[in-house]
Amino acid sequence: MPTIISDAPLTAWQALAEHGKPHAASCGAAVSFVGVMRDSNNGRKIDKMFLEHYPGMTDQALADLATAAKAEYDIADVLLLHRVGEVRPGDELVVIGVWSPHRAAAFSACEWLIEQLKHRVPLWKKEFGPDGENWVVANTPGRVK
Amino acid sequence: MSNSQPIEVLFFASLCEQTGRDSATLDASLAATVADVWQQLCPTLDMPVNTLMAVNQINAKADSAVAGGDEVAFFPPVTGG
Repeated sequence: MPTIISDAPLTAWQALAEHGKPHAASCGAAVSFVGVMRDSNNGRKIDKMFLEHYPGMTDQALADLATAAKAEYDIADVLLLHRVGEVRPGDELVVIGVWSPHRAAAFSACEWLIEQLKHRVPLWKKEFGPDGENWVVANTPGRVK
Repeated sequence: MSNSQPIEVLFFASLCEQTGRDSATLDASLAATVADVWQQLCPTLDMPVNTLMAVNQINAKADSAVAGGDEVAFFPPVTGG
């Protein structure tokens, strides 16, 4: 269950395809989430963003999430990648892949993972735009509590 | 952990900017809890109410105990993903 923090661009679809190959015959479901940086937030134009993390604690938090998902859901494998450092609109920020024999567990685990990640993993976004710079104070709400 | 070692302190994101530093060291004899660490290092700045804390990279609370050699971190609510 690889979980990786990277300051280099993520290649989401390539990583998902490569990691999923061993599961092609045994897993009937592969569900993925790819989070991408937008060029605006709350009506403000955003030119770039800086993603800060806590080296060590962030890595462990991602690994713990993958382990918890595997324990909670009937899934075979998880891929969890998160970008840090300077990013631009269109850059991939987070990649989640879940492989499972059946679709229900794969969907549930993938959504659970992104919501947990957004609320528990030490990562912080700072936005830069023509109106100035600011730290993001809260993520938009999801569907899973 | 030995009290002869200092406490290593880290500030992240907006708290780094508010405190004016990303790290500090503190004589362990000056702090028994995480709250004491903040008070010693930021005596003129109230800890923001939503501040999150960690001791040795494990989530902690203001009244969590600290000792020499510990790594204490302060950070705002997380916004990754």
